[in-house]
Amino acid sequence: MSMINYASREINCKIVYYGPGLGGKTTNLEVVYGKVQPDTRGKLISLATETERTLFFDFLPVDLGTIRGFKTRFHLYTVPGQVYYNASRKLILKGVDGIVFVGDSQLERMEANQEAMQNLYDNMAEYGYDLTKMPFVIQYNKRDLPNASPIRDLQSALNPGWEVADSSKMRITPDPYHAGENLVEQLPTGEWIERAQYFEAVAVTGEGVFDTLKGVSKLVLKSLA
Amino acid sequence: MPVGAASWSFTEDDFGAIRAALETFLTDCNARCALLVDRSGQLVATVGERPTFDPTAFATLTAADFSANDQLAKLIGENDFNSLFHQGEKESMYLADVARRVILVVLFDNRTTLGLVRLKMRQTVQLLTQLFEQVFSRGATGASTPNILAGADDEIDKLFQ
Repeated sequence: MSMINYASREINCKIVYYGPGLGGKTTNLEVVYGKVQPDTRGKLISLATETERTLFFDFLPVDLGTIRGFKTRFHLYTVPGQVYYNASRKLILKGVDGIVFVGDSQLERMEANQEAMQNLYDNMAEYGYDLTKMPFVIQYNKRDLPNASPIRDLQSALNPGWEVADSSKMRITPDPYHAGENLVEQLPTGEWIERAQYFEAVAVTGEGVFDTLKGVSKLVLKSLA
Repeated sequence: MPVGAASWSFTEDDFGAIRAALETFLTDCNARCALLVDRSGQLVATVGERPTFDPTAFATLTAADFSANDQLAKLIGENDFNSLFHQGEKESMYLADVARRVILVVLFDNRTTLGLVRLKMRQTVQLLTQLFEQVFSRGATGASTPNILAGADDEIDKLFQ
């Protein structure tokens, strides 16, 4: 739920990083915190256990620029990766404007990715939010590891696409970030499907972190336009 | 507008009315500072002494505090806790729900008493509830403020180049 404050001329939006445990959600926020100008970001708040696992959430506010005289302020949150913290995961989704699913590319984490994705859909549905109708991007993290699954496999497991019901959207829409790939396309069976935008990342080195943030922020602002 | 992203906005007139209600409240109960935070963690307004802490972080933690306590309430068979009190050695804070969408937080020290704060808070919450219900109903009907980002697609693209 974005908030437009005419008095301070700010548009505030909430973005949540979701995904399996140890997938790199907190690392994404730490990289953003470390690389943006100090005057464009607030404090990084972490509610974590003694072993640095996120207990409730991490939080970082960042300013991404000005549009029509309004400062665009994004509140970035992560959720705990562990399923047993589901109650707090769900709380963080309240009023969300955009979602980043941080998937772990490692082959052996495929099941954990799928479980987290299903859990995301379920928790969103409980709030009456439809993930397929709101700003949503996927980040495939840890692309540098030797046991990383091919993108094709990750896409078919986590981002197979949802059916397009609106006939006005039934036209081929190229993926602006991956040449030769489409976000909306028709399957050989005749069915039209749409996929979420995806980004490849190595969050520990910062690679792909800002592409992901820019991708989701742009979708959020366009959803308000 | 996408499902689940029901936006709301308030005008400078709304802001003025909210500020006036909070300023009266602070004077009446001799508290230091009042903050309004929406349930998703956004800071809506600050009135009174300028906070010495980071108000954005404070707002986020307040919303999380309230949400966590809502869940605790449900576990013990209550629908919610409509107010919370945190007592410190010198500084204390009292939080109350406004119209199920916003949280009023008041910070006070030993220049006043919890009883007085609680008493004045009740009246202020009623007044703010009326004000916010008007803001929300206007947002829900769609006949609200003009969409400032309408047609700004090109500008948004440029921002991310």
